[in-house]
Amino acid sequence: MTLDALNISIAWPEIFLLSMTCLLLIVDVFLKQSQRDASYLIAQFTLLGTLVLTWVNMTTERAEAFNGTFVVDPLADVLKIFICLVVALVFVYSRDYLKDRNIFKGEFYVLGLFGVLGMMIMVSSNHMLSLYLGLELLSLSMYAMVAFNRESGSSAEAAMKYFVLGAIASGMLLYGISIIYGVTGSLSIPVIAESLVKQSEMNIGLVFGLVFLVVGLAFKLGAVPFHMWVPDVYHGAPTTVTSYIASAPKIAGFAIIIRILVEALGALQEDWQGMLIILAVLSLGVGNVIAIAQTNLKRMLAYSTISHVGFILLGLLAGTNAGYSSAMFYILVYSLMSVGGFGIILLLSRAGFESDELNDLKGLNKRSPWFAFMMLIFMFSMAGVPPTVGFWAKLSVLTAVVEIDMLWLALVAVFFSIIGVYYYLRVIKLMYFDEPEDTTEIKNTTEMQMALSLNGLIILLLGVYPSALMSLCFSVFA
Amino acid sequence: MIPLSSYLTLAAILFAISLAGIFLNRKNIIVILMCVELMLLAVNINFIAFSHFLGDLSGQVFVFFILTVAAAEAAIGLAILVVLFRTRSTINVNDLDNLKG
Repeated sequence: MTLDALNISIAWPEIFLLSMTCLLLIVDVFLKQSQRDASYLIAQFTLLGTLVLTWVNMTTERAEAFNGTFVVDPLADVLKIFICLVVALVFVYSRDYLKDRNIFKGEFYVLGLFGVLGMMIMVSSNHMLSLYLGLELLSLSMYAMVAFNRESGSSAEAAMKYFVLGAIASGMLLYGISIIYGVTGSLSIPVIAESLVKQSEMNIGLVFGLVFLVVGLAFKLGAVPFHMWVPDVYHGAPTTVTSYIASAPKIAGFAIIIRILVEALGALQEDWQGMLIILAVLSLGVGNVIAIAQTNLKRMLAYSTISHVGFILLGLLAGTNAGYSSAMFYILVYSLMSVGGFGIILLLSRAGFESDELNDLKGLNKRSPWFAFMMLIFMFSMAGVPPTVGFWAKLSVLTAVVEIDMLWLALVAVFFSIIGVYYYLRVIKLMYFDEPEDTTEIKNTTEMQMALSLNGLIILLLGVYPSALMSLCFSVFA
Repeated sequence: MIPLSSYLTLAAILFAISLAGIFLNRKNIIVILMCVELMLLAVNINFIAFSHFLGDLSGQVFVFFILTVAAAEAAIGLAILVVLFRTRSTINVNDLDNLKG
């Protein structure tokens, strides 16, 4: 084994991220609480550096490293850039929230950055081992982050539920991987794909393994009927952590679905298509219908996430390049919308007040017309109302589904989306047509207000000019 | 020589026991943590059996990584358990019902 086979140079963004996170871990120990802002700045610098390194090293070629366990391709580059961007937004939004609750600690940033490292490894995995290690690095960081507010009983409960169900998901995924390993004799994704193409006859063992893999992935992504943890974790976790969990990890989840189902098990497409159809229809139905009954905003957004996952699965199950590209477009847009939605909750909350009930949004227009407008954009975008970008995301997924002659599936999706519009519009009604119950002035750093405004304007701008991002997504799967 | 199918059956039984343990258990969270460990060990048996019969080492290497991750996972699980016990003074599964809706 030579150093050439390692080809370390293509993993510079990850190496930089890991070194800086370790540095932050050490530096943070020596800081006084009054100097804690330095940890925040180091974390943001790390994300920025990782983003720039990924950007600079962007290629159109596929390159492997670490003896074929790590791969860099256009898909990985684009997803990594978005992961860094979204997590940077989460960090900007969360600073005031953490300070108000005396949980402004370096651990939040260290765990968050380790989670980013896990996501980047998942996105770049070319081997079941690296995929599993990336997934666990992300999951373990997230369990700890959910339990981050040690005083709060509901956060500990949420963390416990998340931990147990996450562990089951990992177990399922591993069991599936072990069966696939037994049938194909390899753990490397390209080798698995190769040996499956050679095997022409149907192998019952393969389908058995595939079922476990799909269940594991559905658990991690929070698709119905494996969604039980999603509302509880979103509700119980500190809002900053919720905004983290709801956004970037979904991008990584999309990536591992592509790596496992499409790249490794592409030959079994007929088998997993059926399973994904069930998951997608149930997610769309349960997500949109149960969200109506929620009074808690975080819980409502959790069910809305479940329904968005349904849409992403729709794009994936189409099994065409157009389907994958539209699912990718959807997931990137979704991560920006959800981080913005939670950003508004964080903006309105203050010490001793979570602002996570729907009624807390009452009359937001009177208190702050600008941020009411931002929330309006996020809600319209999630509902899929033009001219916001959510409309284009839904449209492209539906087009991909119609193209493979599954008109009924597209109709089901449209039907449930229309039901879904109700609860998004209810938020807008509360903001614009109700009298405010709470008239405290919204005080937040200009930094956060700027970032949140930028976030909203990006959604609006992408809605007016979706073609740049759309063609980027299509070029990845060309 | 014990055939591969025996190992796979053993692993499947252990996996099923651990799953049943997680879903049926209504008393104690520590039992759930033990079931999670058992689940990963069942997978390890699968990997080692396949690795031996395929004559391929990568399965055994995978097992070492799973063992390491399982240790880290147990540490985090117990840490969350301690936090939970401090705030709730109970580790009964049935009492974990504050979050609903």
